[in-house]
Amino acid sequence: VNRFLIPGIAFLLLALVLYVGVERAPNRSTQQSALLGKPAPDFDLPSLTDPASRVSLAQLKGRPWVLNVWGTWCVGCREEHGVLLDIARQNAVTLVGLNWKDEDAAATAWLADLGNPYAAIAVDRDGRTAIDFGVYGAPETFFIDERGLVQYRHVGPMTLEVWQREFLSRLPRRALP
Amino acid sequence: MRFWTGTLAALLLGCALDVAAVDLESLPTAELQSRYEALTHELRCMQCQNQSLADSPVGLASDLRREVREMLIAGKSDQQIRDHLVQRYGNFILFRPPFEAGTAWVWIAPFVLLAVGVFVAFRIVRQRRQLVAADDSVVDTDERL
Repeated sequence: VNRFLIPGIAFLLLALVLYVGVERAPNRSTQQSALLGKPAPDFDLPSLTDPASRVSLAQLKGRPWVLNVWGTWCVGCREEHGVLLDIARQNAVTLVGLNWKDEDAAATAWLADLGNPYAAIAVDRDGRTAIDFGVYGAPETFFIDERGLVQYRHVGPMTLEVWQREFLSRLPRRALP
Repeated sequence: MRFWTGTLAALLLGCALDVAAVDLESLPTAELQSRYEALTHELRCMQCQNQSLADSPVGLASDLRREVREMLIAGKSDQQIRDHLVQRYGNFILFRPPFEAGTAWVWIAPFVLLAVGVFVAFRIVRQRRQLVAADDSVVDTDERL
């Protein structure tokens, strides 16, 4: 028995380390935004729906808002679009779209086709604002609180469950629907 | 036959041009160019994760390469460029993470494992030696008989 005790313990420890590495580390290192608790990066971009006006961080000061990064080339964005429309109907928080490395015509057609859940859409043609937000794949959705701090990032298609658990729960009480 | 040779040549030329297209993003001086190459090889492509920025063909990687190029031209140091990207993407973007509380084990673990290995090997060798010694004594007694 003694002969197998130490190798056995060593094996279990190694198995545990590998399990943690495979199961948890990728999520922690990629899904947790480096911006958590820090001010949302500044931006001032043209608006998709109104080419004459702009969408900027300054306009969103003093209230909680949600940034959804999307593009018509992104399959997950089509998947989550219905959920975004539901969220927009709740009218609980300002939903801002960041149209990432897309074409205006394609994006406009997409919204005409599927509906527009966004209060405003900023056009990030060359992807600089997305890099400032640490975006690595659409769709990504950020929650920014009324102090302008990034409080949460969700990677992948939004679901109502995630929306309730991670986004609505972060809203101030009075804003809840 | 001639047609096929021509087609093949055109295809190969096409490939060659394609490769050159990446290199066209060259920097004004050789010093900047070599720093650019070193940096893009030690930064992770966040989308594909096990490729470096330099090796990855995806759109985000080319955007990040552009970012690195622009910062080099603007006169930023290598460390400033790394910090700029870590602020946005976290330490995960570095293939060589810094030594700090969260990453210490990455650096220490190999040495700990090496020490354990050496200890185990040493014990086995010592045990074998004792076995051999014991065997010799058996042989000795045999001879005496």
